Amino acid sequence: MMSKLESKEDKMLEVQFVGDDDVLNHILDREGGAKIKKERAQLLVNTKKIIKKPEYDLEEDDQEVLKDQNYVEVLGRHVQESLKNGSATDGGNKVYSFQNRKHPEKMAKLASELAKTPRKSVSSNLKSDPEITIDIPQCSKGHSASDKVQLKNNDKSEFLSTAPRGLRKRLIVPRFHSDSESEYSASNSEDDEGVAQECEENTNEVILSEQIQAQNRVVSAPVCKETPSKKMRRDKTSDLVEEYFEAHSSSKVLTSDRTLQKLKRAKLDQQTLHNLLSKVSPSFSAELKQLNQQYEQLFHKWMLQLHLGFNIVLYGLGSKRDLLERFRTTMLQDCIHVVINGFFPGISVKSILNSITEEVLNHMGTFRSVLDQLDWIINKFKEESSLELFLLIHNLDSQMLRGDKSQQIIGQLSSLRNIYLIASIDHLNAPLMWDHAKQSLYNWLWYETTTYSHYTEETSYENSLLVKQSGSLPLSSLTHVLRSLTPNARGIFRLLIKYQLDNQDNPYYIGLSFQDFYQQCREAFLVNSDLTLRAQLTEFRDHKLIRTKKGTDGVEYLLIPVDNGTLTDFLEKEEEEF
Amino acid sequence: MATSSVSKGCFVFKPDFKKRKISVPIEDYFNKGKNESEDSKLRFETYQLIWQQMKSETERLQEELNKNLFDSLIEFLQKSHSGFQKNSRDWGCQIKLREIPTAALVLGVNVTDHDLTFRSLTEVLQNNVTPYVVSLQAKDCPDMKHFLQKLASQLMDCNVDVQSKEKESVQVTQKKIHYSMDSLSTWYMSVTQKTDVKMPRKKRTPPSQWQSPPVVLILKDMESFTTKVLQDFIIISSQHLHEFPLILIFGIATSPVVVHRMLPHAVSSLLCIELFQSLSCKEHLTTVLDKLLLTTQFPFKLSEKVLQVLTNIFLYHDFSIQNFIKGLQLSLLEHFYSQPLSVLCCNLPEAKRRINFLSDNQCENIRRLPSFRRYVEKQASEKQVALLTNERFLKEETQSLLENLHVYHTNYFLVLRCLHQFTSSLPKYPLGRQIRELYCTCLEKNIRDSEEYASALQLLRMLAKDELMAMLQKCFKVFKSSSEKQLGNTAKRIEEFLAQFQSLDAEAKEEEEDTSESQSKGLQKTDLYHLQKSLLEMKELRRASKRQTKFEVLREQLVSFIDSLAREYLLLPETQPLHEVLYFSAAHTLRQHLNAAPRIALHTALNNPYYYLKVSTSHLSFHFISQ
Repeated sequence: MMSKLESKEDKMLEVQFVGDDDVLNHILDREGGAKIKKERAQLLVNTKKIIKKPEYDLEEDDQEVLKDQNYVEVLGRHVQESLKNGSATDGGNKVYSFQNRKHPEKMAKLASELAKTPRKSVSSNLKSDPEITIDIPQCSKGHSASDKVQLKNNDKSEFLSTAPRGLRKRLIVPRFHSDSESEYSASNSEDDEGVAQECEENTNEVILSEQIQAQNRVVSAPVCKETPSKKMRRDKTSDLVEEYFEAHSSSKVLTSDRTLQKLKRAKLDQQTLHNLLSKVSPSFSAELKQLNQQYEQLFHKWMLQLHLGFNIVLYGLGSKRDLLERFRTTMLQDCIHVVINGFFPGISVKSILNSITEEVLNHMGTFRSVLDQLDWIINKFKEESSLELFLLIHNLDSQMLRGDKSQQIIGQLSSLRNIYLIASIDHLNAPLMWDHAKQSLYNWLWYETTTYSHYTEETSYENSLLVKQSGSLPLSSLTHVLRSLTPNARGIFRLLIKYQLDNQDNPYYIGLSFQDFYQQCREAFLVNSDLTLRAQLTEFRDHKLIRTKKGTDGVEYLLIPVDNGTLTDFLEKEEEEF
Repeated sequence: MATSSVSKGCFVFKPDFKKRKISVPIEDYFNKGKNESEDSKLRFETYQLIWQQMKSETERLQEELNKNLFDSLIEFLQKSHSGFQKNSRDWGCQIKLREIPTAALVLGVNVTDHDLTFRSLTEVLQNNVTPYVVSLQAKDCPDMKHFLQKLASQLMDCNVDVQSKEKESVQVTQKKIHYSMDSLSTWYMSVTQKTDVKMPRKKRTPPSQWQSPPVVLILKDMESFTTKVLQDFIIISSQHLHEFPLILIFGIATSPVVVHRMLPHAVSSLLCIELFQSLSCKEHLTTVLDKLLLTTQFPFKLSEKVLQVLTNIFLYHDFSIQNFIKGLQLSLLEHFYSQPLSVLCCNLPEAKRRINFLSDNQCENIRRLPSFRRYVEKQASEKQVALLTNERFLKEETQSLLENLHVYHTNYFLVLRCLHQFTSSLPKYPLGRQIRELYCTCLEKNIRDSEEYASALQLLRMLAKDELMAMLQKCFKVFKSSSEKQLGNTAKRIEEFLAQFQSLDAEAKEEEEDTSESQSKGLQKTDLYHLQKSLLEMKELRRASKRQTKFEVLREQLVSFIDSLAREYLLLPETQPLHEVLYFSAAHTLRQHLNAAPRIALHTALNNPYYYLKVSTSHLSFHFISQ
């Protein structure tokens, strides 16, 4: 590299050259794509390190480097401390309050320090060499393509050239980071790094880049202006608070790009996933067992408290279903009880009340409304004081039960003296379901039961992201339905499939409009009037093979709600048969 | 039978009738929880007894506190209705006839307690004013139709209560009718006339002395009603007021301004609003604490942490007395459940009797109590041996210790109240305005070590005589009201102080005469220079004779007397042997069960599994890395 050679001769000169080189590199990087860019960036850092060594005689620089190192160290330590803070909490109430309170102050301090130091250096630089500021816009003009992103990056590299050595070093490192940041951290996807190490680095990076971005902007502001000195004076008087917010306004959240799509292994089908999972032996089984035994010792206490008018709610990580199931089998064998799977997708308050009235109270009548039913149940239970009922609700906070009305009704049930409710919640914000009135209805006692067990049963109604939606079921049903239809109807459907497959790359495809479809069918001699077509479509609709949607222009669009892979399979099969 | 299925979410389990026991007694759950539990049955019974007493006490308190409010409400209702009754042709009355009498009941934000208040209010009204009391909630009345329907159906129900339940079938059919204000008023006419006819025959006069009792409509949560519904209803019913004597009661949680904010002037002018303020919930809490905890009536006590948790939940979360009582119940239950020696947590004679029947195990438990061990260590060596080996001796000693504890409490609360009298009106309230704050400070640490106490004494030293006298009077009353003879000496001292202060009066008068004499001397005509000079001289004189007046001496005495009281009696409960028997101190469990934080539990579970799994961290990290 040119800059490397020349840097030994003259400091200022070297700075300029590296700056230009950077600009060049940068533009090239942008065009070259992420991979090369990253390597380049790393290379840049390396070269700089090499540059540093021969220059040890320059004391100022040395000091600045040292300062930088200190600064980076401080940052790192700070991060580690905060990490420790986060992990070392046992009671829990430290988790949020303390850390938050400490953090902003430190950050503000840091931000103010950062905001002050580079500005001075820049100003001195400007005084000593005013030409540069004039120079640079030109060179950036020369290099910058029309692309806005590039322009932005050029700006950054301009500052590199204006800044003295130490600052430059500071700025190069961040540039590398900010580049990766804009791409949502390409460095994240490096596989060769250890997990823990990477984690630490990431957090380091976040803070670093945050800080340095702030620094960048503070530097950039005076440089870009025509009258930098004025601006600076104003800045110096500006508040620490402002600086703090400035430093934070640019903070981007760094998210991981390790998505499921990036996995080398393709999606599995349900069966293989199940098999694979069953092979994994659970870790810490002994400890988990111990944990569970601890909770089981509470069973008698729960019964006691239930009888004394409290209701019990269980929270904590892990499925609480097994625990409640054990509670049921050990304690409730001789009592009437109702188990309610809140996670069941078809559950509703109506069905809960129905099972109470019909199966528990043997009432065969019907009710006009849920509230009537509730009133009836409440009266019944008030009349017969010997009647006792235990309600076990798994996932009281499930999608179907979390509504205000449902909660009100369940709360009213649970407030009855001879109905005992024991429930579990899993959602992070589940307690928000209950206002004061409901909470007093429920009269909860909270029990933390962290079990770490899998939510197997609870999630059995959901689709896993790891499972490939193979669509084998729709395929067979497709063939079954189509086999029972007339050849004309099959033709109609095939037309629609083909059209949909032709358009599969179009992300805005909303379906085939009815008129077009009719036209095509006519041309293929499949129907003779749009009435017959509609009759055929009704057949499909009844079997949920097509879906119609009104477009924005009021035209009906037809869509087959089956994924394209299945459709191609289907077409192939069809062609084999004929 | 499995509890998972793809087609069902509810599973009902009904045991066979033969197998079903006639409900397991609750005590079984109480003792089965622990493997070896001592006297669990007795403990449970004691728990139930104390809880029942506490509960009835709180209910009584509630009633007492509400009595004032209800009395004034009833008075208002009767007064406003009598205007309708007279039906005079007076012009003012005519105007008034157009206005619906309305009571705005400001109840405060502790919404959970309102239900209880309204329930008792309904009861009281039904007993004293009118059988027709209807209470509606906003969630039942999304529109006018539902509003009227609910109103009508509840009115009919009231009616059924008064009369016989002969026409239930009619009731059902009636429910489907679309109600209007017209139909309601005709119904009202028919009912009142009917009762008029029936009344003399059946000899079942309603408590109200009027022929046509008013219809009282309580809107429990006025703020959450839809403005439109409320407006329409008020306008319509004001039209029908002459035939349908309606009285409204608004339950307001925030502030009375809300009435005007919700209703435009045209509507609110149809209301004749009178404001009623219920007792603030903080005062309610103070009374509850005063009657339940700061008394020797109930042996059960809370430690400082527990009390803090409960009051914090009250002050920072809900202002709900009911929840506070619930917390109290839970702590009572936990105490009896977890502390085997809580069997002695009952009134003194009973506890003494129970001590005699203590098992060997329980004696061991006593010996294991930290406070008891501290006590033993202080004793002479022979006594130590006797206490640790001889059961009989131990029991006797325990009896006397318990008695001491009882006496300690009696004195403690008296002195606490006394001190509260002195500190509650100091400027800036260094020791708190409420007695519970003072109690908390006293429980937390030795009060004489606290800065607040020092500053309070400092302030006391600066008080004027009148204030001190008033405080002393109150104190004296406190001591007199207690029947205990323990602190008779103190009461006497206070009386003495009072007498001394009063006698100061006479002396002061003499002194005053002196000063007036001197003043009369100084009242000669003089020029400015001389006046200044004489003033300066007086100042010098005063400085030279920096001698305390008699009052100051007495005040100093009083303050040191109070200080000595505090030193002697306001000892920390932890210093008392056997305090564990009466004090519940597991604040942590209480907090977990009442004021849980699921979010933090999740966070900890994910961040720090060690907390739950109790394995060494190195092992853990190794495990995670290897996976």
